[in-house]
Amino acid sequence: MATPMKKVLLDPLFENNPIALQVLGICSALAVTTKMETALVMAVAVVAVTALSNLSVSALRNYIPSSIRIIVQLTIIASLVIVADQILKAYLFEISKQLSVFVGLIITNCIVMGRAEGFAMQNPPMASFVDGVGNGLGYGVILVVVAFIRELTGSGKLFGATILQTVNEGGWYVPNGLMLTSSAAFFLIGLFIWGLRTWKPDQVETED
Amino acid sequence: MEHYLNLAVKSIFIENMALAFFLGMCSFLAVSKKVKTAMGLGVAVIFVLALTTPMNNVLYQYFLKDGAMAWISPSLGQYDLSFLGFLAYIGTIAAIVQIVEMALDKYVPALYTALGVFLPLIAVNCAILGASLFMVERDYTFSESVVYGLGAGVGWALAIVALASIRERMKYSNVPAGLRGLGITFIITGLMAIGFMAFGGIQL
Repeated sequence: MATPMKKVLLDPLFENNPIALQVLGICSALAVTTKMETALVMAVAVVAVTALSNLSVSALRNYIPSSIRIIVQLTIIASLVIVADQILKAYLFEISKQLSVFVGLIITNCIVMGRAEGFAMQNPPMASFVDGVGNGLGYGVILVVVAFIRELTGSGKLFGATILQTVNEGGWYVPNGLMLTSSAAFFLIGLFIWGLRTWKPDQVETED
Repeated sequence: MEHYLNLAVKSIFIENMALAFFLGMCSFLAVSKKVKTAMGLGVAVIFVLALTTPMNNVLYQYFLKDGAMAWISPSLGQYDLSFLGFLAYIGTIAAIVQIVEMALDKYVPALYTALGVFLPLIAVNCAILGASLFMVERDYTFSESVVYGLGAGVGWALAIVALASIRERMKYSNVPAGLRGLGITFIITGLMAIGFMAFGGIQL
């Protein structure tokens, strides 16, 4: 039992990364990667929502009529996101302000929906839960890596603490403003995919 | 009038849904291989956005906003249902997409066959929900939300058609193996985002 569980958990990190290989869920979250803090909170929220929605969809899977399954899944996911949003508003108000609409956009994050439909509908609750955690983490890893690079090079900080002292504050580092624009996130993901596929050549797309 | 024109320019070019906010990326990347299909999806998104954003605006202004239900009876005025927002908006979007699909099938079959496959996809397109959430966050009035919905849709369609035409030309170029497909698409999108940044600061 231990090995398949581990596989379900770790596969989505590099072997079958939801962002790099399946192009899922890039939608909502790249806009939150200009800072480590917001990216980390977002990653945790996505892991929690994916895991719990997988768990509940899987627990209910034998009772959901297949003709209305999409709307049932959407309702479950939307309710979980509302809970996540309320928790963030209550305990991390500043960060939830910065995340603005992007917490709500977890609902339409294709990873959550994709795992509910693709995995949780066929598998028992425990495995689905682990699968949700794995896929959420696979997504979180990219989010945090991108945020690390963008915050460090864009403003010389990590978690808001100065690492590279910028010229404006009397230091030596000239911050790279491009890294804070949306285009930098696209470049970084493109390069990340390039790196991952050079490391694991079987993920390279064939020409069609 | 100028205010609305300004809002339209802002939502189409400056705050482009796809390139500035990364919204609707899944279908943006998946359906941008051919200009023709990209155009179909783009039109469908414009259509649905122009309908759902004002609808959700009505829902928010008259039911969900703090004290919004006072028009039904004063005793209902004390409720703040804005926490139900996500559920209500996604429900509205799913319902409208379904209704549009059925109406098109019945009355405009030609358009239905053209958009058919894309309509269900759109229900979970982040750009649609994103527009509604931005509309709520910025507290747009009804007429503003009409302009914003339309503008956001046009901007998204513009971006996906442009990306698709670039990708169609790309088969003549020799892309490094690991970058082929998804990787190079991201890089192109990044370059397009830089291009769209040139619109920043335009004020009418």
